[in-house]
Amino acid sequence: MTSRPELQAPPEIFYNDDEARKYSSSSRIIDIQAKLTERALELLALPEDDVPRLLLDIGCGSGLSGETLTENGHHWIGLDISGSMLNVALEREAEGDLILGDMGQGLGVRPGVIDGAISISAVQWLCNADRSSHEPRLRLKAFFGSLYRCLARGARAVLQVYPENLAQRELILGSAMRAGFSGGVVVDFPHSTKMRKEFLVLTCGQASLSSATPQARGEDGEGCSDDEDSSGDEENQSVSVSDRHRPKKKHKLNKKVKGREWVMEKKEKMRRKGNVVPADSKYTARKRKTRF
Amino acid sequence: MRLLTHNMLSSNIKGVTSGFPLRIEVEKMVEKEVELNADFLRNMFAKVEWKALVEASKTLGYTELPDNVEPSMLDSDEFLNRFHHALLELHLEEGALVCPETGRKFPVNKGIPNMLLHEDEV
Repeated sequence: MTSRPELQAPPEIFYNDDEARKYSSSSRIIDIQAKLTERALELLALPEDDVPRLLLDIGCGSGLSGETLTENGHHWIGLDISGSMLNVALEREAEGDLILGDMGQGLGVRPGVIDGAISISAVQWLCNADRSSHEPRLRLKAFFGSLYRCLARGARAVLQVYPENLAQRELILGSAMRAGFSGGVVVDFPHSTKMRKEFLVLTCGQASLSSATPQARGEDGEGCSDDEDSSGDEENQSVSVSDRHRPKKKHKLNKKVKGREWVMEKKEKMRRKGNVVPADSKYTARKRKTRF
Repeated sequence: MRLLTHNMLSSNIKGVTSGFPLRIEVEKMVEKEVELNADFLRNMFAKVEWKALVEASKTLGYTELPDNVEPSMLDSDEFLNRFHHALLELHLEEGALVCPETGRKFPVNKGIPNMLLHEDEV
């Protein structure tokens, strides 16, 4: 792979008729997309009651991921910015309804009606400004805001992304949190450059007990020990991100760094080390005049 | 595009407050048969905007839906069939969706509505 598609052209231009056809006739890509969609469905944690749900496929492209949704019995609405890709989806007789639209403009879906949303390899496109009028932050805000609104209570969004770097990761995650989502990132096969896949698992509304961040997959298909720094549960090999209720910045931690107690402790420590420390007296840690 | 999807879409144009439901202009519609699933219909019943669905199905030429509904009607097979037909089997192939507030038309080609907004509508 010479360079990332996102750096070559905007998605509606990159995915022209030729590219769309190439993309959708590669059996390797079809296979990968199917696997990613299956995994996303797993992470979506829909109730196992065999009731077909109404799902959103964001960046549905030529319907490769949609096919897996249909196979699992669900109805879906797909959104994509590339007319060429959607044409291929029509040729492949995609079962879901297709919409030509730009997720960065907002999804345009009524509040509270969607049972779950997935996105395979699409959201990172929002991080690039493809036009001078684009401001990635605003587009991400419009996207996540509208996504949050259209999801039903308790519904999830699982977005498989290919962020270019840490800055993009933080940009995407930050926008999601600000829109009101709680959730985290699941990284499958974190140690393998080829197989590594990142899924943003976002929940709407009350995070119930059953919605703890799911276990990531290791090379052997089971959860593996994550050497990377992971703040969060020890059980889950994933990075858990706190939800939006963070303490306000004003709430500074009142640490008495300069108190007498602290100074005495420090002196004791130094003595134990073997350093030469002045004797304690009533003047130790006394408040000096301000000119010091 | 099914009426299921039409029932979920709203006009996204900047400044529009009542962008739902979008009016339908039909040039070509088709009927595609699809298997009925009662569970799905019951699930969707609570979410569907009934008036909008009735209006939309009338525009596409289907007038069998009752104007007023109650959850108890879901027990009737006859009602489920009609609901299913209107929601999932009527397709708008060519035409347009019209924003009720601004009158802006979103063209529909080959069943795909073009909801891309112009620069000044974002």
